[in-house]
Formats: sequence, structure tokens, C-alpha cells
Amino acid sequence: MPEPEPLVIDDLHVAFGPVNALDGLTLTARRAEITAILGPNGAGKTTMMRCCTSLIRPDSGSLSVLGHEPGSPQAAEATGLMPQSAGAWVNIKAGELLHYMAGMYADPIDPELLIDALGIRSFARTTYRRLSGGQQQSVNLAAAIIGRPRLVFLDEPTAGMDPHARHHTWDVIEELRRDGVSVVLTSHAMDEAARLADHIWIVDQGRVAIHGGVAELTAEASLEDVFLAHTSDRADASFQPSSDQTPSRQTSTGRS
Amino acid sequence: MSALDLHPAPRAASPAARIRNHGLTEARLVMRNGEQLVLALVVPIAILVAGKYVGDRVGLPLSMLGPSVLALAIWSTCFTSQAIQTGFERRYGVLERLAATPLGRNGLLAGKALAYSLISALQVVILVVVAVILGWRPVGSALAWLPMLLSVILGMSSFSLFALALSGSLKAEVTLASANLIYLLGLAGGVMWPLKDYPSGVRTVVALLPTTALGESLRAWGDGVAVWWPVLSLALWTVVLGLVARKVFRWVS
Repeated sequence: MPEPEPLVIDDLHVAFGPVNALDGLTLTARRAEITAILGPNGAGKTTMMRCCTSLIRPDSGSLSVLGHEPGSPQAAEATGLMPQSAGAWVNIKAGELLHYMAGMYADPIDPELLIDALGIRSFARTTYRRLSGGQQQSVNLAAAIIGRPRLVFLDEPTAGMDPHARHHTWDVIEELRRDGVSVVLTSHAMDEAARLADHIWIVDQGRVAIHGGVAELTAEASLEDVFLAHTSDRADASFQPSSDQTPSRQTSTGRS
Repeated sequence: MSALDLHPAPRAASPAARIRNHGLTEARLVMRNGEQLVLALVVPIAILVAGKYVGDRVGLPLSMLGPSVLALAIWSTCFTSQAIQTGFERRYGVLERLAATPLGRNGLLAGKALAYSLISALQVVILVVVAVILGWRPVGSALAWLPMLLSVILGMSSFSLFALALSGSLKAEVTLASANLIYLLGLAGGVMWPLKDYPSGVRTVVALLPTTALGESLRAWGDGVAVWWPVLSLALWTVVLGLVARKVFRWVS
């Protein structure tokens, strides 16, 4: 029996009051690939991540994480999450957090190895809240992969990082793919998506606006131009959050 | 990075190991927090010391203050400390991260129960030692131990569920303010003073509170008397607050 794709989302709907956070989102992430999900603020990326970890129950649609229900023991065991928010107790030390996360798994990566490999050693004994944004991100990345997951969700993994740290993080993400880990990442950085992604899904107002491989999407314009052409400008005064007032732009330019 | 082997090989630790891991970590983090330490030990010890010297003059002898302070310690740790801690865990995205680990929601609740039970047990031991040094001599009775222990377990459970209901539905800052205010209300509402000393007009209401049930149970134990109504009251509160927490708790704010 073939192994299921790591993430399959089909016609997902989530509404918060009058706002449709997800409005028929449909996308797939493939095994041992890096899947980038791009979209403006409020496009539904974090809501999608929260559905994948069962923090939010969709109003309708289906969602499969490694062939299992989100939040099921099988999905939780094999999934790593790097959340966008800080995600740590204010008074825990960086190294202490990683040892805590390792304690959730029977055969984790040795936290001390990760501390060295991700350049955390110099601040491993520093309280998490005293770390810079980039240092916190490094700790969060280590925590996401410490359980040797099959699938990792990285919510804006390089936000706040300096260029050195960004490139180092990109190397780690590429090594995850090399070793067979499926990666789903969200980002606002077009260069990040263009460098890393095997497949890009541009999401706007809770649904996929366009998707494809980097070469397909950028055949006639830069990725940033494609992004701008297919997403809403939140600064536009005429913008309406309700999706039923916006035209459908579900366009597939590549594999799905 | 090349030294790392990142090939997938996920395997969750056993449920017991995960709960122990969480419980010990959270207990350590709570005890590292100076404000919580004040609530947990400094305030109860100050009450005991004050009780030794002026308690008899204000109708609160050490024989009554000893068990009342134990109830206060359980109330402050299982409700106030836990509500504040969980509120900020939610605010800072800790729960969001933990929801995606093998710990799971039941594991998180069990881990928290372990953490706060450990802290409460440590508190109670320290406070009993301090109270005995100050002159408290509980009467003790084999029969009185059973309802007291049941009340303590149910009290911890109901206070914890109350804390989760509050912290899981309000913003962290609102939880902080509310938990401290409710701590003071509980202190006045049956934790410290015997039910019989309340004015008749409010006694019926005070008798219904879970804080009163735990306080009365511990005071009865201190006098060597077995009373069972607090066990029933706290069992009902545990069920009700469990249903409320289940209904209103949200993992992300």
C-alpha cells in the first residue's frame, strides 16, 4: 500500500464570525519535498497550520496529516512544529526547553548535538525570553526537528533572523529534505521560497490563488510579481474580508 | 549541520515518561518564579507566625490556623498559581507548541496535575513543620484521615479545573488580575475562617463554596473529627468545573 502524502487538504472552510479565514483551501504537500505556502497577512496560513495541529477544528472539508486525523497520536508523534509565536515559557532556558522537548520522544536527536549544530551553545543557558528573535527561531527550529519527524511545519522560520542565520537555517531545511523529511513552510520572503521550495502555493483570502513549481511560476515574471498579481492588497481601502465579495482566482499552473 | 542524521524515525516516549517529563519541568519553572513562591510559602508562613502571637486575641488560635493555612496553600497553588501560569503559557504560544507534540491534551492535563500536586505536597510538608514548630498540635484520628485526604485530592482537582476554565477563556492579563482577586475572595470565603463564625445571612452561600469545603475538612481533621459533606461538595464541584473547563477552554488566545 503506497504511503499517503504527508499533507492533504481538501476544501477546508474555517470562519471566525463574519470573516472567512479559510474559504475552500485545497492543497497537497508531497513526501520529502519542501512545500512553501505564501500569502499576505491574514491570508489564512496560520489558521491552516493550526488546523493541521488540531488547535482549530474546521467548519467543513477534510484534512489528512501523514494519513491520519490532525491531533491523533500517530500524527502528533511524527510531526514537528515551529510556531510563529514564541512558543516557550518565559523563564525556561534555551537548552532546558530542548531537553524538555527531547523528553517527549523515545529516540530523539541528542539535544546537545542540535545545540552545537544550530549554533545555540553560546545562549543555551540563557532564559528564552532574553534571546533575540533570531536566536529564539533557532531554538524553535531545533525543537521542531528534535523528535525525528516525518513532517515539519515551519511558520515563517527565518523571520527576525540576520542573513547569516537565515542561510544557516536554509541549509538545515535543505538537509531535512535530503534526509527524507517533508517540510511545509510559510513565508513572506520570496527569495526564501524561490531558493527552497519544490512547490509553491500562493494563498489569498483563505483559498489557493495559484500554485506550481518555482520554474513554472516564474517563467514570465518574478515570484514577487506573481505574488502581487494574485493576492489582495490589505492597504487597499476597497478590500473586503468576506470572500464572497471577491472574485475566485483558483488557478492551477502546475501539478496539484 | 552535516554531522546530524535527520532521517525520519519518530517514536513517542511512553505516556508515563511524557507526563513525568512535563510535570517535573513545569514544577521546576513554577518554583523558579519568585511571585509564586510568595503566594506559596511566604504568605502562609506569615499568617502562621502572626497567628502564634495574636491569633488567640482575634479568635483564630493556632489549632484553627494550622489546618486553615494548609487549605490556603492548596488554594493558592492549584488555583491562583496554575491559572496565572496557564494564562501566560497560552499567551506565549506554549500550548500551541505542546499541542503538536506527543504529549497531547490529556498528557498536558495530567502533567499539570502532577506539577501542582508535587508543589502542593511540598508546601504542605513545609507548612506542617513550621506550624508544629510554632506550637500547633493536631489532634489526629485514624477515622478523620480518609475524608480529609479525599477532600484534598478533590480540592486540588476542582481548583485546578477552575484555573484552567479561567485561564483558557480570558486574556493573560485579565486572568492575572482575576486570579489574584478570586484568591482573596476564597481566602475570605471559607478557606481561613470556620463556617460557624460567618453571619447567618451569608453562611448558606459560604457553605456552598469549594474553598469552604476544603477548609472545613482540614479543620475537622485537625480536631480529630471525620466529616463527609465536604467530600460530596468537592466531588460535585469537580464535575461541574470539569464540564465548564471542557466547554470554555481554548488552547490559543
